[in-house]
Amino acid sequence: MGKVIVCRCEDVTLEDLRQAFAAGHRDLESLKRFTGLSTGFCQGKCCAAHAGRFLAELRGGDDMVCDPTRTRPLLHPTPAACFAAIASGEAPDQEDA
Amino acid sequence: MRDRAELVIIGGGVLGLSLAYHLARMGLGDIVVIEQGYLCFGASGRNGGGVRQQWSTEDHIRLARRSVAIYRRLAAETGFNIWFRQGGYLFLSRDAVAAATLERNVKLQNSLGLRTRLLSPAQARRLVDGLDTSGVELCAYNPDDGVLFPWPVVWGLARVATSLGVEINTFCRATAIDVQGGRIVKVVTDRGAVATSRVVNAAGGWSSQVARLAGVELPNRPYRHEILVSEPLKPFLEPMVCDLADGTYFSQTMRGEICGGLSDPLEHSSLNTSSSLRFLSRMSASLLRLLPRLGGVKILRQWAGYYDETPDGNPVLGRTAGVEGFIQLNGFGGHGFMLAPAVGQIMAEWLLRRVREPLVERYGLERFSSGQLQRETLVIG
Repeated sequence: MGKVIVCRCEDVTLEDLRQAFAAGHRDLESLKRFTGLSTGFCQGKCCAAHAGRFLAELRGGDDMVCDPTRTRPLLHPTPAACFAAIASGEAPDQEDA
Repeated sequence: MRDRAELVIIGGGVLGLSLAYHLARMGLGDIVVIEQGYLCFGASGRNGGGVRQQWSTEDHIRLARRSVAIYRRLAAETGFNIWFRQGGYLFLSRDAVAAATLERNVKLQNSLGLRTRLLSPAQARRLVDGLDTSGVELCAYNPDDGVLFPWPVVWGLARVATSLGVEINTFCRATAIDVQGGRIVKVVTDRGAVATSRVVNAAGGWSSQVARLAGVELPNRPYRHEILVSEPLKPFLEPMVCDLADGTYFSQTMRGEICGGLSDPLEHSSLNTSSSLRFLSRMSASLLRLLPRLGGVKILRQWAGYYDETPDGNPVLGRTAGVEGFIQLNGFGGHGFMLAPAVGQIMAEWLLRRVREPLVERYGLERFSSGQLQRETLVIG
């Protein structure tokens, strides 16, 4: 198989995932950290599902399911100035994500 | 999983793994490490990677200095690039009291061999292009502080320790510590039990919970600490910038991201790692106050970890009265990564050679009942 890119933001290939798996990273959180997968501009929206499916394949067996990585804000990269404008010294935000 | 070991370490973070790494290199590899999540699950995978030697107590300065020396060679020793970049740390003070603290600290740091120096706001602006120093009284700068990428440090320590006989069990939770006649005999996990006479509590934010498994009460409490990163930018920011007024800190990682956080006086102790809009907005405002030209830079991601805080800002180390074999290695309050290499090495020597170690005695759990406290005042964020 030629070079297959899974994470386009961080240039992570299928072979990178295979090597990380061989090095003992058997869950998506660990694969993410070890390869940089899902840590770029799209924050996993483009690659996490593909990586999860590939990880399930590598694990083998009938269980073609794997836990996704924890979703973190922001939904979309947003300029710091937008948030600075809403800063206030009031009580903590009660609607923690 | 092994059913017996010389030593069991609860917590596969940078402290537990630094201890395992140093012990294994000194010849004691018969160690089982128990980690409740994946490697980097706790604060060791969630911190900003800052490694500074600018502290207010002699112990912390010495430990940080020794740690930096170890970090400088760790990539070669472990085979992992830890992306350690010594761009310095720049502290900003905004009132006479904080300025006097910096002056005092710099004197102490210089007497211990650090190259820290006081800078005027104008000198600080020359160091950080675009820095807004309005309201800044005095600055302190040590060119030998730096930032690293925490994850490869954890993997590197784990890899070497494993190659020397240490067994690291991830996704494994300690459920009981069996104490009989005042001595530890076994650790029970959700994947089986390990017979042992010595257990190290290196559980960071969970250290008080782990101590309770052995019937021990620690004064440590976990506090959420939030952090964020921006999109990557061309390298432009040499030092980590720390504002003493509100605990804001930020640096540029080797990937180019601006990474930083700030203190929140309203944060109360909890095991909560959710992300808040309050933090995102306060941090953005603070960042733009210091570097106004970053207004258009996009924030990519925010997350949170724990500071395992003690009443005096110092760690809890060593033996536990009443439970023979129960060893504490926790309470690092947000700076475990800065001190872990040296503390792991000192604790390893202390455990193996069974000699008196003044540092371990000074930071023993008993100090909280005897009242011998020496407060570290430079805890940031």
